[in-house]
Amino acid sequence: MAGPAKPGTSRPLSPHLQVWRWHPTMASSIFHRATGVGLYLTALCLAIWLVALAMGPEAYGLVMSLLNTWPGLIVVYLASVGISYHLANGIRHMVWDIGHGFSPKVADGSAMAVILFALIAPIGVWGLSMFGGQG
Amino acid sequence: MSGPNSNGTLRTPLGRVRGHGAAHAGTHHFMAQRASAVALAVLAPWFVISAALFLGRGYDSDIGWIANPLNAIGLILLILAAFYHMRLGLQVVIEDYISVPLTKTLLLLGNTFVAFGAAVAAIFAILRISFGS
Repeated sequence: MAGPAKPGTSRPLSPHLQVWRWHPTMASSIFHRATGVGLYLTALCLAIWLVALAMGPEAYGLVMSLLNTWPGLIVVYLASVGISYHLANGIRHMVWDIGHGFSPKVADGSAMAVILFALIAPIGVWGLSMFGGQG
Repeated sequence: MSGPNSNGTLRTPLGRVRGHGAAHAGTHHFMAQRASAVALAVLAPWFVISAALFLGRGYDSDIGWIANPLNAIGLILLILAAFYHMRLGLQVVIEDYISVPLTKTLLLLGNTFVAFGAAVAAIFAILRISFGS
């Protein structure tokens, strides 16, 4: 098995991002992995929030005061974008697993639809939290 | 018996029947990733909408929401599916980008420990809130 390339050996390189024209299916694949890693961190934050809640009002207050800063709110917003994207694109993957949606036209269209959904859905969720809840 | 099989390959009939391939694990990882994804496609929207409607509204209010048995059960299911799914997902990311054997092994081990540790912590917290401290 070939190990990592030694410096100085000339081997063909895989196409680098800098010289690769971005297209919807490529972007949607990269975003799926990026949001997946982001949601890993989000899930750890959820665990921290739950443990703080179980520890009592003091720990809960500390975590909530961190969440209610601008950086905290940006993290929450990015998490909602990440969940929306990973969910919608995950369902797109399930459609592929069934065997549909592989033609370039449909795959490009569904990629754009998923990206659009990820931008719009968080606005709906934030609307719910602002106007839909019980005080 | 030695050498190529009658079908001209080095794969044994037993190996072909087992269908485990070069990684010796067959389709297990792939199927587990999909099964947990199906669960999360239901649980994640439920939690996001519930969180938007009911959570982050003060200590007593949040405790009360989680103490509801239906919410606690849903939350534990979410934690189990999510932490299993993300352990599988990050495993693929590590395998893709890290080729140094020791580093890769340590990261894979760390991935498993972090996922299990956080899942146990979260579930314990939910149970403690549910049953009262």
